[in-house]
Amino acid sequence: MSILHTVNKSPFEKSSMDSCLAYANEGSAVLMYEDGIYGAIKGTAVADKISASSGVKFYVLGPDLKARGVAEDKVVDGIEIVDYAKFVSLAAENDKVQAWV
Amino acid sequence: MKFAIQVNEGPYQHQATDSAYQFTKAALEAGHEIMRIFFYHDGVNNGTNLTTPPQDDRNVVSRWSELGKQYDLDMVVCVAAAQRRGIVDEGEMQRNGKDAQNIAEGFRISGLGQLIEAGIQSERLVVFGD
Repeated sequence: MSILHTVNKSPFEKSSMDSCLAYANEGSAVLMYEDGIYGAIKGTAVADKISASSGVKFYVLGPDLKARGVAEDKVVDGIEIVDYAKFVSLAAENDKVQAWV
Repeated sequence: MKFAIQVNEGPYQHQATDSAYQFTKAALEAGHEIMRIFFYHDGVNNGTNLTTPPQDDRNVVSRWSELGKQYDLDMVVCVAAAQRRGIVDEGEMQRNGKDAQNIAEGFRISGLGQLIEAGIQSERLVVFGD
């Protein structure tokens, strides 16, 4: 079963991203949005954890990157930048949506 | 696909309600069904018609009302959370002896069973909160 995990908290503020990464199985997807987008920035300890998660696909919400002034070229390679339409598609394509609020 | 949405945060406090709105709008525009939006905890504050934000700011409450009208959405405010926070419709006004009501257009007050039902009857329940 594939699950879309959504993370809306900065991993530098709360531990929800760590919990999410511990639960995300191979074949699942993780979408970072709202303050969760800070987890998608290159050169951090979180970025290393993301790169080390094999079999999990990572996404970050473009409008929330833009709202926080984070340029797209600051995003870790391999994380796909998506819009709300793609957020909806991800929710539909996966079997469940788990919000790590 | 049949979606249900849960909103746990009020307007102007946290981005959750904005994210929920943008997700709902994108889902509807993509042709998906939103069978219910359940406003829980501080999320009930999305349903008061007494909010008057500055004219150059987004009006979160009327934005929901307009989307609800356009797509005939079932927007449910949790009754227990609403009673605590002063969100009142005609029935609640009479039942609790209040002299005013403030439920915004397109919203209705009902019980937690509506959330459980939404979880069962929808194919995906998407939660937005803090």
